[in-house]
Amino acid sequence: MSAIAPPFPEAARKQLANPQLRANLRRATSTIKAKRALRQAEMADWEELRAAAAAIKDRMISQMDVYLEQAEAALTRAGAQVHWARDADEANSVVTALVQATGATEVVKVKSMLTQEIGLNDALRRAGIAPFETDLAELIVQLGHDTPSHILVPAIHRNRAEVREIFLAEMGLVGRPAPPDLSSDPNDLAAAARAHLREKFLRAKVGISGGNFLIAETGTLVVVESEGNGRMCLTLPETLISVVGIEKVLPTFQDLEVFMQLLPRSSTGERMNPYTSMWSGVTPGDGPSNVHVVLVAGGRLKALAEPAARPMLRCIRCSACMNTCPVYQKVGGHAYGSVYPGPIGIVLTPQFRGLDTPLDRSLPFACTLCAACADVCPVKIPLPDLIVRQRHKVAVAKTADLRPHLEVLAMAGAGWLFRRGWRLALAGWALSVVGRLRGARGAIGPLPWPMSRWTRARDLPAPPRQSFRAWWRRGSR
Amino acid sequence: MADPGQGMRVGLFATCVNDLMFPETARAATQLLRRLGCEVVFPPGQTCCGQMMTNTGYFKAALGAVKAYANAFEGCDVVVAPSGSCVASVRHQHAMLARGGGSAKLVDRVETAAAKTYDITEFLVDRLGVTDVGAFFPHRVTYHPSCHSARLARLGERPYQLLRAVRGLELLDLPDAEQCCGFGGTFSVKNPDVSVALAADKAANVVATGAEYVVAPDNACLMNIGGVLTRGRAAVKPIHLVEILAQTEEDHR
Repeated sequence: MSAIAPPFPEAARKQLANPQLRANLRRATSTIKAKRALRQAEMADWEELRAAAAAIKDRMISQMDVYLEQAEAALTRAGAQVHWARDADEANSVVTALVQATGATEVVKVKSMLTQEIGLNDALRRAGIAPFETDLAELIVQLGHDTPSHILVPAIHRNRAEVREIFLAEMGLVGRPAPPDLSSDPNDLAAAARAHLREKFLRAKVGISGGNFLIAETGTLVVVESEGNGRMCLTLPETLISVVGIEKVLPTFQDLEVFMQLLPRSSTGERMNPYTSMWSGVTPGDGPSNVHVVLVAGGRLKALAEPAARPMLRCIRCSACMNTCPVYQKVGGHAYGSVYPGPIGIVLTPQFRGLDTPLDRSLPFACTLCAACADVCPVKIPLPDLIVRQRHKVAVAKTADLRPHLEVLAMAGAGWLFRRGWRLALAGWALSVVGRLRGARGAIGPLPWPMSRWTRARDLPAPPRQSFRAWWRRGSR
Repeated sequence: MADPGQGMRVGLFATCVNDLMFPETARAATQLLRRLGCEVVFPPGQTCCGQMMTNTGYFKAALGAVKAYANAFEGCDVVVAPSGSCVASVRHQHAMLARGGGSAKLVDRVETAAAKTYDITEFLVDRLGVTDVGAFFPHRVTYHPSCHSARLARLGERPYQLLRAVRGLELLDLPDAEQCCGFGGTFSVKNPDVSVALAADKAANVVATGAEYVVAPDNACLMNIGGVLTRGRAAVKPIHLVEILAQTEEDHR
């Protein structure tokens, strides 16, 4: 996807031109943002919880190998089979082989960011296995042959009229059709989805999930969700395959108390999410009898390798940063060309994928550095600092490019200018000449490129007739 | 009025944007600090906080400005700037830049410089202990808190306290005040479409208050919001907070 995707500014322009999308996004993000703020405000120990969460995650990150081996041992003791995958390809072939071993040709899926990150659905389809998403919003996305635009509410870009059309046109092609008289009333839409999905749940032999947390001491996997569709996938099929990022491990069961307070409040603005499923291996006569856990390293190793980048591995995928991000609120998730949009996305994606494409190089700049994300992050990821670090990597790459970049020259020029006070005095004098020639101070309208990037829709103030330092030199009165 | 700044020698960090484009703001800071009894010095070796380069990723290019800052203000006990954004950059980025491209000695020097650097609202409220600076500004204004001033420099209530003490001034609530105006330094030209969309929202909110002036603690934001306002022929005028605080009844006579 990334090889042909346009850089962020171009993709963003396209999204900005869609008034329906902008209205949907504005409504959805402002509602969820306000709810989150409300739920935070009622917690007297919110800052302590954030500090605890960051400390627990940092402990995990600094000894990830120890906790992962502990988790593997506990999972194995409890009857689960643990598989290790270095990257997306390995993870996909492990999962595909596990499904094929059951003889199943379809699987039901719990909403999972990691399986999207590694492109599991495509890999399964290539092997002749049909993956069915069961999270309501993921179902909308899948039926609409679309990609998610938000990590928590992936169909945030769709309104109910659009959902109705998708259900009517697509449900019948892959299972139980929507009733022909389907209205766009949310209750009707939910009922159609329920009937469609129920058929899949009852038939499925294999369920595939991700995992929000993996407790090292007990080998317990935790899935946090709202709809109960995840619970169906986790309990009804005979075989359950959970694909989990290695950074999801938590040292102890007690650590959950911190995250279970932070995660629902930060993600959906709820005190408590409706369904929290926990399981440790196999329980005879209760739930799946074949339980597999695939631990995936992927790009996480690239973050571990750089001490300054490690805080990004604290992320619990709550999406508070994107809901509060002014840029995300305007353009939505698709412009980012990654399963991870918004502030955490522009840090994770270049770390995981590298900076080879124009899109990936543009992502760290999809941010005004307003720092609103850092204030809401429940695990205190210093997002603005990490974003600036990613920009530094892009700058280093551009500076090393054989092709000269205007930006590299401009920044070198600015660096030269700002090294000595007298150089700034000279620049001030030059600007004041322009200011004097223009006479009266007033706004400057449209200018040619590259200034047009500012002046196309905004005026520029005219330069003053005297810089501050010239005024100061003349006796400052 | 007593002179709370009596005996204080203050290094003024004008910032490059104010020095070159908004000298009236740095002049107002000078006049205000002098009125409060401070002795104001302007070390001519100063240039810029370097954040345009830093935040675009060009750490090496920013280092010259970082060194110039530490050198210029070496002899000052306190440094005051009319910009929460530049102050935040001095505090949060200079040491990181010095660690990456300088010596341990430079890290030490920039940390010393950062520790004595204040935004002018912090200096007035925390160091001088004043919120009523004797200002007079008989207009309806609305305040945009500016992201870096609010969330990085953490100016908090100080700007509001100062504004509320200004005689004649009516402070109107800005809807979605904490929302970014879309400037973002080089973001404004690297992502002009998103930048303008955000600035348009901010300008619309400003206009909706019915204020005559939109006030901020950073001129860069005001340049962005003001650019949209004048292009749209709106009558609201941008003004830096310190220019309001510098005006007295005498100026209006």
